Amino acid sequence: MSTDINLPIYLDYASTTPVDPRVAKKISDHLTLDGNFGNPASRSHKFGWKAEESVEEARSHVANLVGCDPREIVWTSGATEANNLAIKGIANFYHEKGKHIITSKIEHKAVLDACRQLEREGFEVTYLDPTEGGLITTSLIDSVVRDDTVLISIMHINNELGTVNNLHEIGSYAREKGIFFHVDAAQSTGKIEINLSELPVDLMSFSAHKTYGPKGIGALFVSRKPRVRIEAQMHGGGHERGMRSGTLPTHQIVGMGEAFRIAKEEMFADKKKIEALHKKFYDSVSKIEEIYVNGDIKNKVSNILNISFAYVEGESLIMALKDIAVSSGSACTSASLEPSYVLRALGRKDELASSSIRFSFGRFTTDEDIEYTLSLINHAVERLRELSPLWEMYLDGIDLDTVDWQTH
Amino acid sequence: MAYSKKVVDKFENTINEPAKYNVGRFDPKDMDIGTGMVGAPACGDVMKLQIKCEQHGNTHVIKDVKFKTYGCGSAIASSSELVEMLLGKTLEEAKEIKNIDIVEALELPPIKIHCSVLAEDSIKQAIEDYEQKQ
Repeated sequence: MSTDINLPIYLDYASTTPVDPRVAKKISDHLTLDGNFGNPASRSHKFGWKAEESVEEARSHVANLVGCDPREIVWTSGATEANNLAIKGIANFYHEKGKHIITSKIEHKAVLDACRQLEREGFEVTYLDPTEGGLITTSLIDSVVRDDTVLISIMHINNELGTVNNLHEIGSYAREKGIFFHVDAAQSTGKIEINLSELPVDLMSFSAHKTYGPKGIGALFVSRKPRVRIEAQMHGGGHERGMRSGTLPTHQIVGMGEAFRIAKEEMFADKKKIEALHKKFYDSVSKIEEIYVNGDIKNKVSNILNISFAYVEGESLIMALKDIAVSSGSACTSASLEPSYVLRALGRKDELASSSIRFSFGRFTTDEDIEYTLSLINHAVERLRELSPLWEMYLDGIDLDTVDWQTH
Repeated sequence: MAYSKKVVDKFENTINEPAKYNVGRFDPKDMDIGTGMVGAPACGDVMKLQIKCEQHGNTHVIKDVKFKTYGCGSAIASSSELVEMLLGKTLEEAKEIKNIDIVEALELPPIKIHCSVLAEDSIKQAIEDYEQKQ
């Protein structure tokens, strides 16, 4: 075990990533008097023109990474706003076309909550159960589609599981039916190739801070061919062709642009490195008895790995792994512990859902980080199982489902 | 997670030195053993507490305790704290232990009070089980 290892070890890249130093440099060049600080909407002087130039260059970097026209990129404050703008924007603009929306139970809260709001406004929403492996298929969608379905909103990569939906299939289905298709791709950029010039997708949400860019900035792709229109949710100076008003935050935009430029250049190398880390991690952790990978391992990205350690409660495991920053599927914040809604939607039993941990790796994760983490996991799981009455019952051959538990 | 240092220390000591902190089990069929098991896996915590008692005149004294707990850090710390409180007590004294004693000893935050309630339930049940055998 390396002694000069930096603790704690960050394995929560799916939650947010550190800003790449090259991105930080770019951001700081766009803040002060001697930098490019102008308002990109100022038409009457050089400060404004220079800022606009930087914003448009960043827009091209974003468009270039995902294979679309820069004019199809609308800046937002993040993926949450992009999701809201897409879903509410379509529903509000095309409400006469239909009142039904299809999404899934494992979407990010930004999608689910935007849909809940539309329900309050008179829309009807179907929340699909995913397959056991955490995927949404066209046949699932087809089983609930209606004549008045106006929008399908399905995520690309699930943030808790890392599972990848087949956008081509779902998008082709949506096109065929004349239904708009929105994709939350907050987890995708820099991890998996996206080519919107070929994908039948109408709207796609992006975030900077999951791809080594700053927080507080994101974008929405709004297709021009075929032309998709949305109703603005933020009104004001008519920025972003009226779709999203508000002075553009040049420094954050150039940060996102630089982050996505680097992602385009280094995606292949990043991916290769992370695949190797994932293999090393998985090969070792899968030797532990009674562990379950959540989400279809054959259909997922390698930077996210969600594992249930049966008979060990997630929060105690996280506490035992105190030098490792990971996130738990469980949130024991009240008298009744609430396991992740994503894992529950997969049909995982509550106790397996609440023993889950999401490990997510990134650009700065090292071999030593993985080795150290593995040794801690082995130790912690062994100790917590020694302490677990459920593990004892499992070893005694008792089926926990037959026990008459005294719930309280 | 707003854990007090006391919870963290108790938790870490317990998992690092299980034998010293009375982690383990007795044969529940033995006549001098009382077993209590409360909670449910679906709720996120299960506590199993076993007391080994000896009759001294008219009273019964807790000579040894073993426990196992599945649950969050405070649930594990609460059980471990309870075990320490029980050793050497008569059953009458043990019955007087309330969840608030554990809350105070560990400085449990309000959202973790249910862990101490569970611990109190486990000792009540273990005593009941033991008394039924006598």
